[in-house]
Amino acid sequence: MKPRRVAITGMGVVAPNAIGRPAFTEALRRGISGIRHFPDLEALGFGCCIGGQPSLSEALKERHFTALERRQWDANNLLYGIIAAEEAWTQAGLPREQEEPDWDTGCVFGGGISGVRTLSRGMRLIDDGRVKRLGSQTVPQTMPSSISAYLSGRLGLGNWVTTNASACSTGTEAVRLAFEHIRRGGALRMLCGACDTDGPYIWGGFDALRVLTRKHNGDPQRGSRPMSASASGFVPGSGAGALLLEEWESARARGATVFGEVLGCYSLSGGQRQGGSMTAPNPEGVRRCIEGALHQAGVEATDIDAISGHLTSTMGDPLEIHAWTRALDRRGKDFPYVNALKSMIGHCLSAAGAIECVATVIQLYEGFLHPSLNCEDLHPQIGGQIAAERIVGENHSQAPRIIAKASFGFGDVNSVLIFRR
Amino acid sequence: MDQNALIEKLKEVIKPYLEDETLLEKVDGDTHLIDDLHINSANLVDIILDAEDAFDIEIDDESAERMITVKEALAVISEKIEA
Repeated sequence: MKPRRVAITGMGVVAPNAIGRPAFTEALRRGISGIRHFPDLEALGFGCCIGGQPSLSEALKERHFTALERRQWDANNLLYGIIAAEEAWTQAGLPREQEEPDWDTGCVFGGGISGVRTLSRGMRLIDDGRVKRLGSQTVPQTMPSSISAYLSGRLGLGNWVTTNASACSTGTEAVRLAFEHIRRGGALRMLCGACDTDGPYIWGGFDALRVLTRKHNGDPQRGSRPMSASASGFVPGSGAGALLLEEWESARARGATVFGEVLGCYSLSGGQRQGGSMTAPNPEGVRRCIEGALHQAGVEATDIDAISGHLTSTMGDPLEIHAWTRALDRRGKDFPYVNALKSMIGHCLSAAGAIECVATVIQLYEGFLHPSLNCEDLHPQIGGQIAAERIVGENHSQAPRIIAKASFGFGDVNSVLIFRR
Repeated sequence: MDQNALIEKLKEVIKPYLEDETLLEKVDGDTHLIDDLHINSANLVDIILDAEDAFDIEIDDESAERMITVKEALAVISEKIEA
């Protein structure tokens, strides 16, 4: 059977700099930073006291959640994930009050730790000998698969429903898994994406690892500096991104708006060899992953108009650019345009790839490239490989046709997706 | 606390868990919490915890299992208040 084409017919986003597709599109165009200072992190003695957290208004919560849900839920990852997923669902024009499950629609929605505040509260009660006081909510909010479990119930999803986890490549990998399931004929539609939460319990481990910047507590919006010579560690963020992927003919038959197409993807591990480790990708693995994605998508290196990098604002950035130049065999002024969404919203951990995939599809559909902030002092090892003008600045209105999106995660696991307008 | 005050207070505890709040209007002693009020069994766990807070009592597991109808729930609550 011929592999099926896969369209994107819905998008949803909850990001530190904007919530919902229209506001997020505007934030991307204008290069709005969502990074701010957190007094609670400072009070707790964190080295990095800045981060990105979506701000959910009460009105927005009321639109998506019942009074009981608002009272019982303290797992931000679920709130972000459900709001983003339901936006994608509504945008795709799909119903949710049907009596029978939709057997042709499933979901791969990834994440990191679910309900970390719920867990912490629960552990204190257990240690105090008051296990009974946990109530009904601990398990449903702290299962790794909580997000997909809630989505399937709320939307009546009857096809494959699961959760993936591969650290910072989770969101991109979720899109890949959903894409391949549709491509092989397993489903007509897949809701996919990822969500992750915020706050000291999540960000503390990264602070202790000393991978977060400690130099920008006084100027938060300058802290996330992908590709900059003065990049000094990433800025943590949170949120969710969701795409509704749909088999091409099904989308056409429904008359759905097609925002873009997933052409191909590749995932691999660098095996924590050749310079790769738990926390850094093997550059050879990155190169192979990019080449694998191009091959699977059936496109040439010269077809890539732009790269949405993983680019975290660490010393890994020059290595990533080097891997792209080798995989594409394009350098200097011949290099594709490249931008880093993390310059605006920080590194949203498991959700990063999902939010960046939404940004990629928006740029293809709307025909612009968002600026990459804070790299006025381009890292010399990047400047030596590609022309500075290829890093997207303000007011870039040249419409891209094909964008490559990469995500690399702890454990040396990588995913690359190729999207077309 | 008299029975009327108790039942009104119990209704307030139950109210957030109802999909249809108008069901409260018909509540009497024989009302079955799961069958008549459509409260799911997971939320019944939370209602017992909320009742502990609202009435400042502790409800042991054996008593909790008896709290199936409004009448029995009130009986357990009264017992614990007096204990």
